[in-house]
Amino acid sequence: MSNKLKMIADGLVRNNPTFVLLLGMCPTLATTTSAINGLSMGLATLFVLVLSNMAISAIAPVVPDKVHIPVYIVVIATFVTLLQLLMQAYTPAMYETLGLFIPLIVVNCIVLGRAEAFANKHGVLESACDGLGVGIGFTCSLTVLGLVREILGSGSVFGYNFIGGHDGMLAFVMAPGAFLCLGYLMVLFNKYLKKD
Amino acid sequence: MSKLIVSPSPHIHSKDSTRSLMRDVVIALIPAVICSVVFYGWQELLVLGVSVASCVLLEWAITKYMLKQPSTIGDLSAVITGILLALNVPYTTPWWVIVIGAVVAIGVAKMTFGGLGQNIWNPALVGRVFLLVSFPTYMTTWSAPKGLFGADAVTGATPLGAIQEGLMSGASVEELTSAYNYRDLLFANLGGSAGEVCALALLAGFVYLCCRKVIKPWITLSIFATVALTSLIFWGIDPSRFTDPVFNLLTGGLVLGACFMATDYVTSPMSLWGGVVFGVGIGFLTMMIRYFGSYPEGVSFAILLMNSVVPLLNMWFKQKKFGRK
Repeated sequence: MSNKLKMIADGLVRNNPTFVLLLGMCPTLATTTSAINGLSMGLATLFVLVLSNMAISAIAPVVPDKVHIPVYIVVIATFVTLLQLLMQAYTPAMYETLGLFIPLIVVNCIVLGRAEAFANKHGVLESACDGLGVGIGFTCSLTVLGLVREILGSGSVFGYNFIGGHDGMLAFVMAPGAFLCLGYLMVLFNKYLKKD
Repeated sequence: MSKLIVSPSPHIHSKDSTRSLMRDVVIALIPAVICSVVFYGWQELLVLGVSVASCVLLEWAITKYMLKQPSTIGDLSAVITGILLALNVPYTTPWWVIVIGAVVAIGVAKMTFGGLGQNIWNPALVGRVFLLVSFPTYMTTWSAPKGLFGADAVTGATPLGAIQEGLMSGASVEELTSAYNYRDLLFANLGGSAGEVCALALLAGFVYLCCRKVIKPWITLSIFATVALTSLIFWGIDPSRFTDPVFNLLTGGLVLGACFMATDYVTSPMSLWGGVVFGVGIGFLTMMIRYFGSYPEGVSFAILLMNSVVPLLNMWFKQKKFGRK
């Protein structure tokens, strides 16, 4: 049991997909304009990651090696389509905001990376734990990045404005701010949290 | 008996140090600073003070508390960054916006990369562009000069801004430029950031730097030449859509950028031909942004873009090693 907990904790810190593995940079930079957007993107990826990890670990023994990547992609795409339809039905506003980045989870390298590096060599339960850990790590990183950009860029926290009628520093809502914040957060993360 | 020091060559030392070169640049900036204070009054002095003080304090604090290294503020480069940043913003900018600009200039663009000599981009320009993108309201509300003790400022657009707006509403360049005469542009009577205001004071500083052999003139001259040539071609094709060369040389931050920002030691190429290519690139990009871009002024963007390719230029145009044929 403690082994499984450690797997989840690993995904959060030692194998953090954003700050350590540097995977999934495209949604990381593009969707973190606010904390709530980052959180939703993280949760969406978490959903796909856990389910695809479980499915792939279950079918891995029977998948021929030569076609394993197309098979994995089909499995992942199935869950992404599922997620897309669910979001369209129950959270239409968030579906509109994230737009293209939901279907793009199919080619998110975190999902395929965990399938290749972990799920096809481990059991279903372990793969689920790994997906959960990495997914939570991704969600936390995106939320923190979104929070920092929202505070600096729009002067609000989860949509609650705290600077009155003023504008924030617009650069942080745009692409350069994403790169700047990511860089500095990575520095802080590797200095204070990741101790090997 | 004095100790015998064994050291590898070269044994000939020059008196130049970072500090002495930077001091010359500060001296060269004095005419422009005096001009801007005379034109804009005590508020400009406040902008200058806040900018220089926050740049120097930040560099001191970062070296002392974060890097735990000996302080580098003695080389005066932070003072220059502060002056250039102040000359790049309107005098009506609130003090806290300038402090943010200084944090970006010194903290992000300079010290993160390892301090003077390691920064890829000109710190003052990074600060300015960050402010321009972040606070467009403060950074594009220019006020016409009001004199040393003038009370009310009249806000308006810079000549370049006015022309871009005018062109969008369908007026021709001839009608729009007739409002400005070149004497005004040279001696400053127009809205703009402090450093854009007096071309002559900036040129005086540039001549001083060239005479003292602190900077090499070819970067600046190739920028001016390219801007003149590019605008001559476009103006020749269609004078009702494109502004003429003299107007382009004297407006905006071109003189400030070409004389003091593009010639920054750290962020410009080392060799002669590298410098010429660098200058031609800046001039060309500036004119493209002015004519076709969404911003009315493009000098700062052009310099930052060309700063990014300086390592490549240094590789392509290697300096001849001393003593080689």
